[in-house]
Amino acid sequence: MEFEDFALKLTMLLYGVIGFVVVVGGLLLLLDVVPNYFARRREAALVAASLGGGDAPVARRARKHREGLLGLAFLLPALLLLLIGLVIPAIRTIILSLFNGNGSAFVGLDNYGWIFQENDIVRVLLNTAGWVILVPLLATSVGLLYAVMVDRARFEAVAKSLIFLPMAISFVGAGIIWRFVYAYRGEGDQIGLLNWLWVSVGGTPQQWLNIDRPPLNTFLLIVVMVWIQAGFAMVILSAAIKAIPSDIVEAARLDGVTPWQMFWRVTLPSIRPALIVVVVTITIGTMKIFDIVRTMTNGNFDTNVVALEMYNQAFRYQEAGHGSALAVVLFVLVIPIVIFQIRNLRRQREG
Amino acid sequence: MTTTTPVLAGQATAEQPPRTMAGRVRKRLNSRTATAVSIIIALIWTVPTFGLFLSSFRPEDDIKQTGWWTFFTNPQLTLDNYNQVLFGRSSSSGQLANFFVNSIVITIPSVLFPIAFAALAAYALSWINFRGRDWLYIGVFALQIVPLQMALVPLLSFFSRGVSLGGITLLPAWDLDNEGKFVQVWFAHTCFALPFAVFLLHNFISQLPGELMEAARVDGAGHSKIFRSVVLPLITPALASLAIFQFLWVWNDLLVALIFAGGGREVAPLTVRLAELAGTRGGEWQRLTAGAFVSIVVPMIVFLSLQRYFVRGLLTGSVKG
Repeated sequence: MEFEDFALKLTMLLYGVIGFVVVVGGLLLLLDVVPNYFARRREAALVAASLGGGDAPVARRARKHREGLLGLAFLLPALLLLLIGLVIPAIRTIILSLFNGNGSAFVGLDNYGWIFQENDIVRVLLNTAGWVILVPLLATSVGLLYAVMVDRARFEAVAKSLIFLPMAISFVGAGIIWRFVYAYRGEGDQIGLLNWLWVSVGGTPQQWLNIDRPPLNTFLLIVVMVWIQAGFAMVILSAAIKAIPSDIVEAARLDGVTPWQMFWRVTLPSIRPALIVVVVTITIGTMKIFDIVRTMTNGNFDTNVVALEMYNQAFRYQEAGHGSALAVVLFVLVIPIVIFQIRNLRRQREG
Repeated sequence: MTTTTPVLAGQATAEQPPRTMAGRVRKRLNSRTATAVSIIIALIWTVPTFGLFLSSFRPEDDIKQTGWWTFFTNPQLTLDNYNQVLFGRSSSSGQLANFFVNSIVITIPSVLFPIAFAALAAYALSWINFRGRDWLYIGVFALQIVPLQMALVPLLSFFSRGVSLGGITLLPAWDLDNEGKFVQVWFAHTCFALPFAVFLLHNFISQLPGELMEAARVDGAGHSKIFRSVVLPLITPALASLAIFQFLWVWNDLLVALIFAGGGREVAPLTVRLAELAGTRGGEWQRLTAGAFVSIVVPMIVFLSLQRYFVRGLLTGSVKG
């Protein structure tokens, strides 16, 4: 790396940090100085008013008004950024999804028709469905199983860290780690763990990720996501298990339930809210899965998913219409899950 | 009995059947089976990473021809791969040192900005009275579910072409190139982080005792003073956990970087470079293993040293949009 490049980058970083200090510091200063100025004027006005006979209700309404302005000032940067970076673009994406590739002609719902007619894209939807069903199921099961097993075990903290650690690894990094596990060599010793195990039980080496039986390679990619998400499930569920009141357990035990019944009738119902949070969170994350597929197969061999196809359409093939329609499909798929979640939260609050 | 020593107490509890139901289930599953199953899970969860780590220190020929487990019969270590992948001159070698710096330059402002803006917003949404406050909060909360895919195409065109309506330019294009594109990436990350950040901090700030605010107000402190000297010190743990979240998210992100930084060596972070190496040089395991580890090591250190805050944050709010 040349020194000039390096200096340029550090200068940018410096600009960024200085920008941060100036913006945030300036904002805080402004929020401090301006209300003080008004407070002083208000005091003066109050003094004048009390001398002149008193007009308290007006002052109170003015104060409420000022609170509103101040609130707006606190909120301004966040609201502005959300508007520019999220709300307006999202609306524009919906509009773009009704236009052709370069946005020059209105095509109605053609882009949505394309999604459900093109065989490749139907395949993409089916793959995503497979991801969304399997990842939450497997990750939550493994997380729960592990949380129950290591609960109060001797090396609980260490054991948990081991499972939890993949959460710190990027999807790209995890993709490389697992591609190495699935690696294939035509002749000689295998360097991939899976093929080594496979050969040692008598199989012939396989090109796992581009094997001709499509469901299997997608499943092998799903394993990677489960590997990352199980730690998340485990931490949340483990905390929920520890929070179950011991008197419930005692009561159940006095009733003489078997541990098996205890698990299904007491543990599971008690951690239901946490279970739902875990499943919903993992589901939403899985729906948007992109990096793992892109790193490991780049969507080849029938492993493509919606988010990757959206990226390809919009940014590789310059088909903004198709890409936007796929983004809207992702959005629409998330909505029922969120409604379910909100209703669930409300029921909890009432119950 | 009143003089029971701690030792005796310890023995007594050890002999009792496990109190938690998890413990009882474990017992039921026969603790030996349970131990075996959890060891198998722990192995599946650690061995792949360990294999990658070990391989990254093996000579190129060894990596390509023998499995990493043969290391134990034929131990050979080298730092060549790291030297190559970080500082190699040829364009195929990775030149990751450069991209490592890019990752740092991207990450620091992308963590600072959203946290500051979100803290201000969360305070206003919890403690300043104005009309429509609750609706505003619900709106920000709901934005968490908008997939960021929904924003990518228009936001990119906003940067490159500006905003114009009916031929009138409302906002000019940013026209950033080379290192200037860092600004674009910071901006995008800040916007996308805000809904979750506001949600998480609101959870903490709205739980602070109201008497505290009232007392400060009686003392004559305005909202700005209260925010700085009462609220900020109290929510430091929340800020820490949010910072870790955002750090991991930005450092590990591929999608936002691909679109707003591009693949060039001026701005692209490690993840983009690694994905590129994996795509074009998928068989060059000596580079991929070392490269992957270079990108993993920083978040792993952060994660392991600050795990406590991370877990606390996870337990408070856990939907990232």
